Amino acid sequence: MRLKIPANFRIIRVPCTGKVDVIHILRAFEKGADGVYVVGCMEGDCHYNEGNFRARKRVEQAAKILDKVGVGGERVKMFNLSSGEGPLFAQYSIEMNNKIMELGPSPIRLAKQDKKNAA
Amino acid sequence: MIIAEKKPIEEIIDEVKDFHRILILGCNECVTVCEAGGKKEVEVLASALRMYFINQGDEKVIDERTLERQCDHEYLEEIRSNIDDYDAIVSLACGVGVQFAAEKYLTMPLIPGVNTVCLGANEDRGLWTERCQACGSCVLARTGGICPVSRCAKRVLNGPCGGSTNGKCEISKDVDCAWQLIVDRLKALGKMDDYEKVAPIKDWSTDRAGGPRTVTREDVKI
Ligand code: SF4
Ligand code: SF4
Repeated sequence: MRLKIPANFRIIRVPCTGKVDVIHILRAFEKGADGVYVVGCMEGDCHYNEGNFRARKRVEQAAKILDKVGVGGERVKMFNLSSGEGPLFAQYSIEMNNKIMELGPSPIRLAKQDKKNAA
Repeated sequence: MIIAEKKPIEEIIDEVKDFHRILILGCNECVTVCEAGGKKEVEVLASALRMYFINQGDEKVIDERTLERQCDHEYLEEIRSNIDDYDAIVSLACGVGVQFAAEKYLTMPLIPGVNTVCLGANEDRGLWTERCQACGSCVLARTGGICPVSRCAKRVLNGPCGGSTNGKCEISKDVDCAWQLIVDRLKALGKMDDYEKVAPIKDWSTDRAGGPRTVTREDVKI
């Protein structure tokens, strides 16, 4: 199955979304990412029972922080699917990509660019 | 352990906004366990502050460090050689750690990053509850191991007040009546005879009523 997905994001593999911590999400934004999405297994289907629930909470925590620092919590989102659902992965990727395109570049990236240009 | 809660980031932003080189200083003990001021929280706060100030066009140096403890000289000494690199420290330790650091580094502004709440236990994931108020003369032997000083709103020492209803305290239907818990446990222990014994008047001079407290141990002093 060959599926078209946007080419402008980087996939970071983790053994389980439970491995994703708030700081990983924040660091991505600090480094200039415009958006981050975490894709976990279906709720209730986690091999480690709670990994994807933990991930959801952390995504929520990260979103709150991003709101408070002016980056915008809507730039981070959690999705769930089963490992056999390639087309759904593609669909979520397109959905996220469209949303970020709509939001435009992250203010952190812009601020960093401004600084570089000024230097 | 000592239970603390993260301060709202807005409050910390407001406290640090006029400084340029800031150290976020965590503690590896109680505040790590209650997820308020350990290494992870240091990383998250530092990253959030860096982003906030970059966004404001006011990029600052915000460094991260977590000490084994902030309530011990030897660990706090570890930052002495770098202390001049900063104009302020945000300490995520409990109030003890913040003060100990402030005493040690006299000219360094120290900003607390957490609110220290109580002495408590991790009752469930995401739930920490008070168990002790360090009254200085423990009565747990007489109360079935349940503390009426910290867990009874009125700190009564000889059975419940008139407000105890269906096992709950009159201050809230969500709060267990400490004396109900004590009676239940004394029953389970077969020690209800203890309940009938009138507790002597408690010496509150060992509590905060006697002013700040110290423990001096000549046997371990050198
Ligand atoms: S009686 Fe005093 S020392 Fe004992 S648990 Fe209660 S508050 Fe703490
Ligand atoms: S109801 Fe129980 S816990 Fe509440 S104040 Fe009265 S004795 Fe204390």
